Amino acid sequence: MSQASNQVACAAFQSNLPQLIASGEDFADHPHFKDCDVCRALLADLETIAATARQMFPIVEPPDALWEQIESAIEHEESALGRHSNAS
Amino acid sequence: MHKRRIYSLCLRMVGSVAEAEDLTQEAFLQFHRKIATFRGESALSTWLHRLAINVVLMHLRKKGLQVTSLDEAMEPAPDQRPGRSFGAPDLFLSGAIDRLALQRAIDDLPAGYRLIFVLHDIEGYEHNEIATLLDCSIGNSKSQLHKARLKLREALRAFPHPEARR
Repeated sequence: MSQASNQVACAAFQSNLPQLIASGEDFADHPHFKDCDVCRALLADLETIAATARQMFPIVEPPDALWEQIESAIEHEESALGRHSNAS
Repeated sequence: MHKRRIYSLCLRMVGSVAEAEDLTQEAFLQFHRKIATFRGESALSTWLHRLAINVVLMHLRKKGLQVTSLDEAMEPAPDQRPGRSFGAPDLFLSGAIDRLALQRAIDDLPAGYRLIFVLHDIEGYEHNEIATLLDCSIGNSKSQLHKARLKLREALRAFPHPEARR
């Protein structure tokens, strides 16, 4: 296949990829995908990006002080609401 | 568990500890204010997560990002969608990715793509959970994630290689 016609085939396949992915269809056996290094490399790149991102961000625990702060803000709102309803 | 997930989601979306703390507090305050209106149509934890996502999106809008709603976030403007690079020969990502470049690329993603990428690829939510949270189909969640990754790849390819920056 010439480079130009392969690019057309890649364009068609890649344009259709979001729909293929959304449908849950296994495109590993798709005729174009099986034979196209460019499209296989594209998908491999996307997997590499996802894998790298997973490793980059450790699990974070919120600081304990944040929950004290939130509890205090909720109590403050409740007491303000209480004062408001008592006054009316 | 929910506290950690909400805080972590806020942190990954805005990238700043101080802002993440403020947004987490706002999400829980809204949760407390609105709990009486909860009609039990979804799990309480789903409702809390939705509130938190809306708080984050509102915050991003105030910061100047063009996001007005979850629907809009899920369907970025045409100029924010990934471009096409058919048959591009320089598939440099086969090796290790420059983490600094990836961090920048994630920070620069349109809000909707960032949200889906953070939820799935960083925070580990499943597509069915994301679909429930964002009120979309599982297929939509999958295709949006694919587009987000494409957008990241596009950004990474535009970023100078580490060797070139030396």
